[in-house]
Amino acid sequence: MEVQQQAILRVRDLNKTYSDGFQALKNINLEIQKGEIVALLGPNGAGKTTLISVICGIVNLSSGEVSVNGYDIIKDFRKTRAMIGLVPQELTTDSFESVFNTVAFSRGLFGKPPNSAHIEKVLRSLSLWDKKDNMIMTLSGGMKRRVLIAKALSHEPTVLFLDEPTAGVDVSLRKDMWEIVRGLKAEGVTIILTTHYIEEAEEIADRVGVINNGEMILIEEKDKLMQKLGKKQLILDLRDSLSEIPAKFADYNLELSADGGQLIYTFNTRGDRTGITSLMDDLKSEQIAFRDLNTTQSSLEDIFVNLVEESS
Amino acid sequence: MNIYGIMAIYKFEMARTKRTLVQSIVAPVITTSLYFIVFGAAIGSRIDQVAGVSYGAFIVPGLIMLNLLTHSISNASFGIYFPKFVGTVYEMLSAPISTLEVVLGYVGAAASKAVLLGIIILITASFFIDLQIAHPFVMMVFILLTALSFSLFGFILGIWADNFEKLSVVPMLLITPLVFLGGSFYSTDMLPEPWQSISHFNPVLYLVSGLRWSFYEISEVSVLVSLASILIFMFGCLAVVYYLFKTGYKLRG
Repeated sequence: MEVQQQAILRVRDLNKTYSDGFQALKNINLEIQKGEIVALLGPNGAGKTTLISVICGIVNLSSGEVSVNGYDIIKDFRKTRAMIGLVPQELTTDSFESVFNTVAFSRGLFGKPPNSAHIEKVLRSLSLWDKKDNMIMTLSGGMKRRVLIAKALSHEPTVLFLDEPTAGVDVSLRKDMWEIVRGLKAEGVTIILTTHYIEEAEEIADRVGVINNGEMILIEEKDKLMQKLGKKQLILDLRDSLSEIPAKFADYNLELSADGGQLIYTFNTRGDRTGITSLMDDLKSEQIAFRDLNTTQSSLEDIFVNLVEESS
Repeated sequence: MNIYGIMAIYKFEMARTKRTLVQSIVAPVITTSLYFIVFGAAIGSRIDQVAGVSYGAFIVPGLIMLNLLTHSISNASFGIYFPKFVGTVYEMLSAPISTLEVVLGYVGAAASKAVLLGIIILITASFFIDLQIAHPFVMMVFILLTALSFSLFGFILGIWADNFEKLSVVPMLLITPLVFLGGSFYSTDMLPEPWQSISHFNPVLYLVSGLRWSFYEISEVSVLVSLASILIFMFGCLAVVYYLFKTGYKLRG
């Protein structure tokens, strides 16, 4: 018998309209399983941060229901919030506090008794231990980002929201962050992150959700999404240029480059038959020879851009 | 109840005082000493006793009240306004902590600091005058209730304010004039009509009068009326704070 995974986060028909009448979220439905990494993609102002803010209790919802591990975020706010850690987008820190004290403060605020050993473990895992007595204002932007993660992990959350975790950080720190996220997943933490970097979602997410204009356009396993919506192209460098595509190839999805030197065949990875073999046979029978060939695959970024354009 | 949450806020706020010791404690003590030198020694030596009490001693309750009110308000308003200003308030809003617990943390710390300051001013006063306190328990009740009520008021102010000007305009343009016109440095009997009658509409008069009674058993209004007014004000502030958190006013979008 198949064991059904338990959803750690359930969002049902969620709507949020601000007092100025702006509807930031429109009928959002979402279910996230324990231990998943879900990346929420969307352009600026799409509603990603509002969605996170509602779940965490920072913004009041207008209608709908949100539950964390079966507990309602309003009725059982103590239970749900104790399970959640949030790393905000902005580097909002208490500049005059020391790193250790600010993390200890967060742990207390979330109702946990003091535990220096846990704070030390968190700070060490984020390479912050040697900065524990430093005032936050003396740290670099990347280090401040780590402090925010440490604060969010101080109370041992089971669900972690990372709102643009790598915004404005350099490449090496971004890769460190991905390692941190993978490490947390290995510890069983469910992670929901928003990002502008498609590469980030492609690299670490199990599932990808796309939000645009307050609507969840889709949420899909990353690999399936790539398979379903990803396109591949076969590019053939011709030995002799063509002036036009021969009539025999009318049934193929072929394009000829402007200089006539390349034939580009677009095919769908989801189909059982790609048509490559028959294309090769037909090229041979028409005596169209090529010097080289290569294939390209559309990235998550291409898919994302297409989805957002379609929904707009 | 989230005791650790309350303690975290309380300790954080008290630590802030430690970082700003000169501004929080030293400055008010110096200001108070100046009041004693100018009003008590220089001008006071030329004023007869007021209601049987030397002028220097007469102004002690008023000075304590002035500091209690202004510092309760500024401590609590800044305490909640600053996290809003820098954005760290997100953490409090996303924490498993209730309205009451947040208020206990912030207001408790602001009131503690104000009470501490009141006691320091009392000690400072003892260097300048021969201090007598007829009812020390009643004095502490008044100091505590005033600190708590005006810390609550400051907390409301901090939530309402969306810039530093609003934060300072209420203490400057409302509280300071009310304290000065509320009989802190004189008995309202000394005012001509209609100012004497008008001053009875000043709520601070009731606070100063109550506190002064606990020192010298002299008051301009009944001590029970004073006590009732401060309690009404405190519960009024509590109701407003509850409403603000329930609706998310200026905190939750």
